[in-house]
Amino acid sequence: MLKSLQIEPEKCTGCLQCEVACSYQATSLFNPSISRIKIFTFHEEGRFVPYTCTQCNEAWCLHACPVEAIVVNEATGAKEVIDDICVGCKVCTIACPFGTVNYSQNTGTVYKCDLCGGDPECAKACPTQAITYVDSDHGGLERMRAHAEQNLPQDAQ
Amino acid sequence: MAWTKNVLRVNLTNGSITHEPLNMQWANDYLGQRGLATKYLSEEIDPKCDALSPENKLIMTTGPLTGTPASTAGRYSVVTKSPLTGAIACSNSGGYFGNEMKNAGWDMVILEGKSAAPVYLYIENDKAELIPADDLWGKSAWAADEMIHTKHQDPLVRIAVVGRAAEKGCLYSAVVNDLHRAAGRSGVGTVMASKNLKAVVLRGTKGVGGISDPARFLKVTEAGKKVLADNEVTGQGLPALGTQVLMNIINEVGALPTHNHRDVQFDGAGKISGEAMLEIRPGDGKANLTTNGACFSCTIACQRISTVDKTHFTVKDKPEYQGNSGGLEFENAWSLGTDCGVDDLDAVTFSNFLCNEDAVDPISLGATIAAAMELFEEGAITVEDTGGMELKFGSAEALVWATEVTVRGEGFGKDLGLGSKRLCEKYGRPELSMTVKNQEFPAYDPRGMQGMGLAYATSNRGACHLRGYTAASEIMGIPEKTDPLVTDGKPGLVKAFQDATAVVDSAGLCVFTTFAWTLEDIAPQIDAACEGDWSAERCLEVGERIWNMEREFNLAAGLTGKDDTLPKRLLKDAAKTGPAKGRTNDLHQMLPEYYALRGWTPDGIPTDATRSRLGL
Repeated sequence: MLKSLQIEPEKCTGCLQCEVACSYQATSLFNPSISRIKIFTFHEEGRFVPYTCTQCNEAWCLHACPVEAIVVNEATGAKEVIDDICVGCKVCTIACPFGTVNYSQNTGTVYKCDLCGGDPECAKACPTQAITYVDSDHGGLERMRAHAEQNLPQDAQ
Repeated sequence: MAWTKNVLRVNLTNGSITHEPLNMQWANDYLGQRGLATKYLSEEIDPKCDALSPENKLIMTTGPLTGTPASTAGRYSVVTKSPLTGAIACSNSGGYFGNEMKNAGWDMVILEGKSAAPVYLYIENDKAELIPADDLWGKSAWAADEMIHTKHQDPLVRIAVVGRAAEKGCLYSAVVNDLHRAAGRSGVGTVMASKNLKAVVLRGTKGVGGISDPARFLKVTEAGKKVLADNEVTGQGLPALGTQVLMNIINEVGALPTHNHRDVQFDGAGKISGEAMLEIRPGDGKANLTTNGACFSCTIACQRISTVDKTHFTVKDKPEYQGNSGGLEFENAWSLGTDCGVDDLDAVTFSNFLCNEDAVDPISLGATIAAAMELFEEGAITVEDTGGMELKFGSAEALVWATEVTVRGEGFGKDLGLGSKRLCEKYGRPELSMTVKNQEFPAYDPRGMQGMGLAYATSNRGACHLRGYTAASEIMGIPEKTDPLVTDGKPGLVKAFQDATAVVDSAGLCVFTTFAWTLEDIAPQIDAACEGDWSAERCLEVGERIWNMEREFNLAAGLTGKDDTLPKRLLKDAAKTGPAKGRTNDLHQMLPEYYALRGWTPDGIPTDATRSRLGL
């Protein structure tokens, strides 16, 4: 069973625990600036929105790479960058429609979410369950449950 | 270890920018942030200097835990000598700025001298430069923030900035970061503007590391987060209602200062309470509160994000104020609302927006407006002084007008910008000023909460709830319940809260964690991050050392034990209603015991034995 990161922006408080956890997993430093997941603040709307790679099935980044440095992890479905092969040409960063593959000046290669090998730190670090790691086939389950609950008779709630 | 061990020193007079190592001996004795920066300031300036002269310095400082995943570990402080009080000033803020400073590699940025022309400081990791800010001068904090983001074409820079009030000399101007967070009290923004420094702009990408056993650190910080999540206040009350959970509670116990402390209960409290912020309003079908938010690393998330009703008189012709913005905390709702007798939630929320927009301390502003309203009712201030405005208690129009002219430094707003003490003196009624050491009170009346009276009287930065929050014990029973109307035991309680809070403020953590955390929860997190043995006992000793150092700064600045007092109204005029009816604050019953517990002389001076014990 493949799992996916499920993001529910209405639960996000903007604390950046996910960014800290992501960067620590990747670099052993608490460094939100290189986090693979980013929180965007929309002041006027009063909204915080987490955003990261959704691990497209037909991944533009993977197809665009001229040196086959991006490969599929069959266990997790994640598209992973092989640092030793990546030449830093940045074609994948152009190909990705969502901007979730980025180039690092420090390493000379690109980086993206790899689902931490199947145990994503961002989901574990989120204090409000705005980021969860759920069955890919049933990402809508909790939302369906919430709507279903609204149909319960009043005295059952 | 969790300090970066690097200090950035910027001399605004000659433009020199230098790097120096952090004094680790002082870090061992004073931990970081509030304690450590106050040590630097004490060593580097004459406490008698004019706070708005180039001789004063302003230090922006993080704690050893700032920038780590310990809950709430995103704090920074602004430390300087206060132009409002003449005492030590240390104002603490959240948001993301503190984390960014740590990621840029700095424990501390020391700003000294005065620039000949307006500038802002841009820091990108090791690189720092002063950039002309003539175009930013005269702009609000929000406008300047936007201009800087546009100029650098960088949405990721974090900015701390002063507004028009600070430029015009309002003595309680704040430093606002991330638009809605503020190092709020004691006029730290006024000092920044006096140096012709408009903003500090940060971009930090180095990461925070150096913790010797990260696995242990993550384990103890995880345990700390669980304590916060499981606690009723930090896990449920604060996320749902914010600090505004207190408005109705403090009103019921008869300790909610109203009408410039003439009364201790407010009929309109329910209308501007946390609960009221959830009610759907008829004008636009929305609630005042949109959602809650968090500062960096915070798992409590007490921030309020609010709108004003689009049909309300304050914003109906001003679309720029109709979106979401920083909502009401209890202190602000109290000062701008209760103390001024205003129960119009939209007007109070709008006034709070304006305080953020131009970086003004809403506690001091609201309390000063309340004093002006009483002066107006007494005939000491007239419509000739205000230019026609009827400055009456309960008037939402008067509140909004007074806020606007003060944050922009216009007309009568310049008088209001003096603060309550100087305003009341100017208009011949100094006894109407509700201040300690020239700083305005926050939202707890010392007649209905005896311990808070002693905490205010002895606070090193003037009247303040965040130097020793005995309300936690007297009202909420944290860590254990004490009777708010009793003075017995309060001197020890005040001292314990003051010392513990000094540690929290020096670690990089938020004091709101202490609704759930004791030093037994906090010390292991410091210990796991910092080298050396940081037991709860050592933390308390560091807290006591910091408190005494601040005291010595104030004594050297010319303050004395005579300044450890409360306005006559609170000592002589009994509360008129509620559980505290008939009571005054019995400060005289507590102060001598407090001095003795502190190891101070009857005049409030640390004895040689105390100084020696603490290594001062």
